Order: sequence, then structure tokens, then C-alpha cells
Amino acid sequence: MESRDYKALRNRIIGLALGFSLIPLFALGFTIYYQFHVSYTAKILQNLRGLLENRRDAIDLFFDERISQISTVAYTHTLEQLKDEAYLEQLFRLVQSRSRSFVDLGVIDEEGNHVSYVGPYQLRGVNYRNEEWFQATMLRGVYISDVFMGFRKFPHFVIAVTRREAQRTWILRATIDTDIFEAMVKAAQVGRRGDAFVVNRQNVLQTTSRFGQWRLGEILVPEFSAFPGTRLESTVMDGREVLVGSTWLRNKDWLLVVLENPEEELAPLLRARTLVLGVVLGGVFLIVLGTVFLARVMTDQLARADRRRAVLDSNLVQSSKMAALGKLAAGIAHEVNNPLAVIKEKAGWIRDLLAEEDIASSKNFREFEDAIKKIEYHVDRARKVTHRLLGFARRMEPVQESVDVNRVLEETVGFLENEARFRNIEIRKELLEDLPVIRSDSSQLQQVFLNILENAIDAVAKEGAITVRTSYSPQLREVEVTVADTGPGIPKEMLGRIFDPFFTTKGTGEGTGLGLSVSYSIVEKLGGRITVESEEGRGAAFTIHLPAP
Amino acid sequence: MAPPRVLVVDDEEDFLETLVNRLRRRGLEAQGALSGPRALELLENGVFDVAVLDVRMPGMDGIELLKEIKDRWPFLEVIMLTGHGSVESGIQGMRLGAFDYVMKPADLENLLEKIQQAHERKSLRGD
Repeated sequence: MESRDYKALRNRIIGLALGFSLIPLFALGFTIYYQFHVSYTAKILQNLRGLLENRRDAIDLFFDERISQISTVAYTHTLEQLKDEAYLEQLFRLVQSRSRSFVDLGVIDEEGNHVSYVGPYQLRGVNYRNEEWFQATMLRGVYISDVFMGFRKFPHFVIAVTRREAQRTWILRATIDTDIFEAMVKAAQVGRRGDAFVVNRQNVLQTTSRFGQWRLGEILVPEFSAFPGTRLESTVMDGREVLVGSTWLRNKDWLLVVLENPEEELAPLLRARTLVLGVVLGGVFLIVLGTVFLARVMTDQLARADRRRAVLDSNLVQSSKMAALGKLAAGIAHEVNNPLAVIKEKAGWIRDLLAEEDIASSKNFREFEDAIKKIEYHVDRARKVTHRLLGFARRMEPVQESVDVNRVLEETVGFLENEARFRNIEIRKELLEDLPVIRSDSSQLQQVFLNILENAIDAVAKEGAITVRTSYSPQLREVEVTVADTGPGIPKEMLGRIFDPFFTTKGTGEGTGLGLSVSYSIVEKLGGRITVESEEGRGAAFTIHLPAP
Repeated sequence: MAPPRVLVVDDEEDFLETLVNRLRRRGLEAQGALSGPRALELLENGVFDVAVLDVRMPGMDGIELLKEIKDRWPFLEVIMLTGHGSVESGIQGMRLGAFDYVMKPADLENLLEKIQQAHERKSLRGD
């Protein structure tokens, strides 16, 4: 398989694995976040509702108490008694001793004249007949005013109670300390950006809004209409999401509004989101890393297995090819050997006959003798060829036998000497004389030597030298056979690949790219190894290390 | 010592004839047989010191013939002629009692030498 295919396979594995692991991860992350969001938002809204209702009840109670305090005073006294300012002051003190909610207390007769007054302002004698609150109070009996400026030129609101006494009607009026009221409302204010205030039916602020206008300014909140209970909604103000809770007060047509900044309230949710995002991103990172790593390991393993199988296959092909070739060679050698034997004997016979004296004296005797010599010489040449062929054809299965490496080398070099001579390549032999005999397989070794020598001849191409050297290393207990050539050498980047099957520098059809890989696996099988040393331009030296006893 | 009496067995007639002639010319009493059965016939009717057998022959081959000979004439020395490059058939022959083996095509001198050695051994073994 090509390396391109491995890359495609790896990408496919990575894609699939990432798809199958990241989609559930994202789904999980999203679900967790969504569920958390829903429940947390619900909780925030519930909190807001609780806060709002609690405040509303507190304010309602506050009004109830104030109204009942004033009513009590009004209904337990006569106008005459309360006209006495000293007495009124005494009463005021008594009321204030329980709660400091009132600023002042005043009595107004039915003409609207302020007949008596206790408080910080000089209001006695002021006539309220034309004031809106006065008329409303006269009409309804109990009245809580909106916040207004009045004669004091300061925002305030009043609670007034009407008492009908015999033919007279008079009003007991108290001003509420706006600070205390405001504080009650502000208690519902949460966080740095939260707000709580009260508006009346005309959307006019009755208390200060933290970020809005002063009291009595128009606030820019949605139109609030009358509705029962509590309303919670999310709206956008000034480009910011705001949670708005609102509820009508019971005693007065005022709307209590609490604004919450969800960003602030949702901080834990945002933290959770960041956490989930972090965990998911970390997971993605690990998964991607792991997947890429795994895919790489897998495809590398596959590539290695493929490469091993290719070597195995090529070995198989090679050995079956060799076996077939061996049989063919043996057959030819045989068929040629018998006629050769006959020729040799016939030539010998002629030589025997030439020895007889009458022929010796013939004038062509020298020619005959010369011809016989030539015939014998060439029969001998042919015999060497057939014997070599038979030697080559010998057993193909690996065996353990005593091998004289030098002799095998000599034999192998013998095969190639003609070819080398033809190309003007000198083969120098530096064979160690007392090289130990090793246990190995001579025919397999021969094949290895043949492959490497052939490569060397191909590398040198023309004009050069090949040195075949044998040596023995007693420390490593190995016999080393070095074949060094004067060829162009092997580029560094190719050194690591020359033993790979199908790696060849020769043109298409010239080399199978199997020679070195087969040699490598043969030597490995024989318990040895092949090393190579080469520098570009300086030739290459292959060394075959074989275990020695 | 009398010249060795040699029986040469080979299926190649040209080869056999020439070899026998050359041996005779060198003073040996040589006879040829073209097949195993023919060789056995000759052995039954005559006395030989050394037999030279070709390993590969149609019908009864050299190894079979060797077995038969060693069975019946244990003192007859046998030299195997292997056309086969393999040493095995030669070695196999020696294991079966052959004196030596010579690769085909053989040098006559080499063969003569082996025949002489075989003859000497036969004499020593007390014929």
C-alpha cells in the first residue's frame, strides 16, 4: 500500500473517531449546561418573586400599621382635644416612641385650615382646601397620597384619616418619613446593578430609582397596568437584559418594581458555563490528541505489518523462483554433462591414438594435437559451467552445514568475474586465511553475496574496483564479509530505506527492489545482520555479520 | 600386482566404449556393461576387482546396482560416477559401501588413480 493510502486511512480513522466521540461530548456538555441554565433561571425567578412578595407584604403591613395608628389617634380623641398643640405633641411623641415613621402630625378642619401641627415645618394656618389630597381624604375617609412637593417644596407623602364628630368633620394627617419608606423599598435592591422602586399608576416614580431619575420623574419602564399578584418578566433596557418583577401594593395603587441584573445573578451560571466549556475543550483536546496518536500508531502498525508481509511474500516468490530456476539449471547441466563426458572421452581417445608413433610422424600431427588440446580445454570450460549450475541448483531450503565463507565467496565472485572484467571493474579479494568455519547455509549465503556483489557492480557501472574482505572478530564472535565499491555512494536520506522491499534506484523493469530486502531477511534468518556505510561520492560498503562459533 | 580387472557400467554407449578402450590401452583389463542387469550377468561369469558405476541409468540405476553388488560381492570395490553435481548421491553411494565417487565428466587420470587405490585396498583386504 502506498503511504498516501495510509494517510487517507489515518484521516478516515481520525474523522470517524472524532465524530463519534466529539458529538456525544458536545451533546453532553450542552445538555448539562442547558439543564443547569433552566433550573438556575427558575431559581433566580423564584428568588425574585420571594423577595418581591416579601417586600410587598412588609410595605402593606407598614401602611396598615400607620393607618391604624392614625385612625386610633383620630377616633380616640375629639377635635377640641387635638387642637391643643401641647397635647398633640405629647401624642406625637407617644406614637414616635413605637416607630419613627412619621415626620409630623397635623389636624385640619373641614374648611382645610391647619388648626394644629406638630413637626419641623411652620405649617399651622396653611389652608389645604384646594389640595388634591384634602378633597380625596374628605371623600374617602382614609387616604394615602402620592409623593408630592406640597408647601414644603420637598417630596413627601401623607396618610390622612377623616373623623366625623357630631356635625364636624376633621382630618388627622401625618407625613411619612420618606427615608424610612425608601429604606423599606430599597431592601429589595439586590446586587451592584439591582434596583427597587415604587411607581404610581401614571408611571411616576414614588421613591428614588437607583439608576433612574429622581422621585417624581417619569421612569422609562414598560407601561405597568393593573394586574393581580406578581409579574416576572425579562426585558431589555439600555441594551442590557433585565429581570423585572412587579406587584401592586394592597393599600395604595402603587406598583413595587424590583429590577435585577441577570448577569450578576447568573454569575454562578456563567461560572458553570465556563467550567463546562473548559471541560469540553479539555476533552476535545485530549480526544483529538488521543485519536491522532492512536490513528498514527494503528496505521504505522499496519504499514509495518504490510511491509513485513511484502518481505515475506517477496521471500516466498524469490525462493519459489529460485527453486524453479534450480530445477531448470540442474536439468540443463545434466543433459549437457553426458555429451560433455562423451566428447571428453573421445578427445582422450584421440590423444591416446596420437601417441602411437606412426601418427606422430604424420605432417599434421601438431595440428591434431593442438585441436585436441583446444577441445579438452573447452570441454573443461563447459564442465566448470555445468558444475557451477549444479552447485547453484543445490538445495533451496535453509540448512545448517559447515560453511567456509571464503570458499563460498570465491565461488560467487567466480560467477561475476566475467561481467566485472567486461565492465573494467577490478574485484580485489582480501580474504582472511584462517577464517573460522561457521554453521550456516552456503547456498543462501551465496545468494546474499551474489545480490550484494551485483549491486556493487551496478553501482560502479564502469571502471572501478570492488573490494571483498573477510575478517573475524573474536569479541563479537562473528565473521564479517565486507563488499566495498567505488561507486557514487548512497545519499544520506536513502540510507534508511535501502533495505525496504520495493525500494530501488534503478529504472522501471531493471530492478525489483527486492535484492537487498531479501538479502537482509536471509541474513537475519541466519542469525546475522547487514550494515551499510556510505558517503555520497565515496562509494558504499556493505558488511555482512555472521555468527561464528 | 596384476593389473586391475575393471567393470565399467554406463548407459551411454559412446562413453562406455571409449572409456573401456582407453582403460585397456593403459593396461587394465576393462569390460563394459550398458545396464545394471548386464553388469550383474558379467559379474556372475567373471572376476573383477573394481566396478565403475554411473549413478543415473534407466531401469536399474547406479545406487540399486551398488546395493546388489555389495550384497553379493562384498569385496568388489565400487567407484561411483555422478553426472549429478550434487555431492549427495556420491556420499549416499559411499555410505552404501562405495570406495569413492568421481564427478562426470571426469579426468581419466583422476579416475585411473581412484581405480588403482581401490584395487590396492581390495588386495590389502585379503583377496
